[in-house]
Amino acid sequence: MICLEQVERVFQVGEETVYALQQVDLTIQPGEYVSIMGPSGSGKSTLLNILGLLDRPDRGVYRLEGLDTTELGERKQADIRRHKIGFIFQFFHLILRLTAAENVELPLTLAGVAAGQRKARVAEALDRMGLADRARHRPDQLSGGQRQRVAIARATIMQPAIILADEPTGNLDRASGTDVIETIEGLNRAGMTVVIVTHDPELGKRTGRQVRMLDGRIEDDLRRAS
Amino acid sequence: MKIDDTLGFAFRSLRGYPLRTGLMLLAMAIGVASVVLLTALGEGARRYVTQEFTSLGTHLLIVLPGRSETTGGPPPLLGETPRDLTLEDALALLRSSAVRRVAPVMVGSAPVARDGLSRETVILGTTAAMAEVRNLSMAQGRFLPAGEASRAEAHCVLGNKLKTELFGNTSPLGRFVRIGERRFRVIGALAPKGQSLGVDISDVAIIPVASASALFNRVSLFRILVQARGRDAIPRAKEAVLEIIRERHDGEDDITVITQDAMLATFDRIFKTLTLAVAGIAAISLAVAGILIMNVMLVAVSQRTGEIGLLKALGAPGGQILHLFLSESAMLSLVGAALGLLLAGGGLVLAERFFPNFPMAAPAWALLAAVGVALASGLVFGVMPARRAARLDPVAALSRR
Ligand SMILES: Nc1ncnc2c1ncn2[C@@H]1O[C@H](COP(=O)(O)OP(=O)(O)OP(=O)(O)O)[C@@H](O)[C@H]1O
Ligand SMILES: [Mg+2]
Repeated sequence: MICLEQVERVFQVGEETVYALQQVDLTIQPGEYVSIMGPSGSGKSTLLNILGLLDRPDRGVYRLEGLDTTELGERKQADIRRHKIGFIFQFFHLILRLTAAENVELPLTLAGVAAGQRKARVAEALDRMGLADRARHRPDQLSGGQRQRVAIARATIMQPAIILADEPTGNLDRASGTDVIETIEGLNRAGMTVVIVTHDPELGKRTGRQVRMLDGRIEDDLRRAS
Repeated sequence: MKIDDTLGFAFRSLRGYPLRTGLMLLAMAIGVASVVLLTALGEGARRYVTQEFTSLGTHLLIVLPGRSETTGGPPPLLGETPRDLTLEDALALLRSSAVRRVAPVMVGSAPVARDGLSRETVILGTTAAMAEVRNLSMAQGRFLPAGEASRAEAHCVLGNKLKTELFGNTSPLGRFVRIGERRFRVIGALAPKGQSLGVDISDVAIIPVASASALFNRVSLFRILVQARGRDAIPRAKEAVLEIIRERHDGEDDITVITQDAMLATFDRIFKTLTLAVAGIAAISLAVAGILIMNVMLVAVSQRTGEIGLLKALGAPGGQILHLFLSESAMLSLVGAALGLLLAGGGLVLAERFFPNFPMAAPAWALLAAVGVALASGLVFGVMPARRAARLDPVAALSRR
């Protein structure tokens, strides 16, 4: 479903050329659970941003469900993000002036779903995250783990095929981190393709496939037999 | 995204920064209120002048001795003094079918005395027609009776203020006053009317024109007031007046005829232009408010980069983000404009209370224009920040927290 061919991403910083990604080939099948690890600056976030169509490769081809996304315009790409991809960020990126429920509702609102339908879906999503009693709380009235679960509810409310998470536990203590990871694994079991960027080797061991990056290249790509 | 959701989202963002939003609304409200109030002031001045002119009387022509040269040309070498206007000239004007009434006016000044109380007063010598021509109404008694204009009857009508000065609250009817060296019987007192274009009609004594002629020992009139038969008859009346006087003055055009309508039209034009100019100046404050909106929105965009990045990650295309931010600017300017209208309404109510005689009123076009300009400046100045938001790179926007 995800297919990168010879993808390259280059940043020009002053005189210097930084190869954030070079000659990256990567294919991910539907329903896979993939972790991307590697030292800081190795290009993990850049790779994830390209997978999420937030960034474009400078060279190479990215095909999503057979569709060459590099050719698509801004609107079309936004449309794919809206319907096929859910993002989970290290810093949650919740809107502080909105309640938990309103944050979860946002993708539906942006997609123009009628208000009546939205309420029911939001309540259901929050309930699944065990946050039914926190619906009217604002993000600053929630713990880190709760915030991340609100963000997960938001990422999944449109029922995307792919979940992209950039260090989702990076800002959490071990207990709530494990909690969040178990939630994400639940999504994977329900059939979503999950790609997680992480620094945590413990977490890496849990995934079915581990991609290691170094200096913008894929160093190795291990599949755990299961 | 649905329109009501877009507006709802914009509304919440504005509510999220109450101080900034409040100050912005205040600036917009002051701009709109100043446009409306200044226009109302100009319009009030126009109405005031129109009202004053109309209270002079209707279909009025004023005949002045002397020609006011409007076509340029060298002045005559020897100052040729114009011929006087006389009572006979005035009465001759009644020959024209376009003229309904004629009131000659002779003006002088003399002491008016009663029981040792004496006042230097403006004396108007005129005829019975004056009451109709100038719309005068009586508080007591009657005006000069109709009759032979050349008869120097010894009766007079007192202006309201003069009457109070000389007689207090007692009735002056049938009593005598001394004007100059002559005794006059008071037959009436004018109703209070106040200022009428600079002449304080309440501080005069009105006597028959022939009596005034004898009192001041002259025949020349100050002016002649002519009432035409109707609005349409005014140009004909003017022609007739010029012709009759020319005939009587050996072919010389030595008078000036001013029509009330012409004066009114001129003042109307002047005040309309003035109102527009003032409104235009006030509109500059709306542009300033627009620039403030731009500034506030630019700050909002740079403070909310994370949010913008998130919206993009959630699948909002640039156009949608543009709409969201433009809605915020539009909402600021519209709500600001509404508050401004309220503010202006309050100002007008206060003005009405303190200056009840000054007919301040904001014309509808000014309200529409103020709100329109407010909205336009909000949108125009909102475009730049909104475009900046729409073009933000989502990766960069999300990486900043
Ligand atoms: N916008 C940018 N401009 C210039 N260089 C950039 C930009 N974004 C990333 N880079 C560079 O690209 C390389 C890869 O960055 P990336 O953020 O993908 O690393 P990462 O693996 O996610 O690191 P970390 O684990 O610290 O998050 C780095 O060397 C970084 O400096
Ligand atoms: Mg990173």
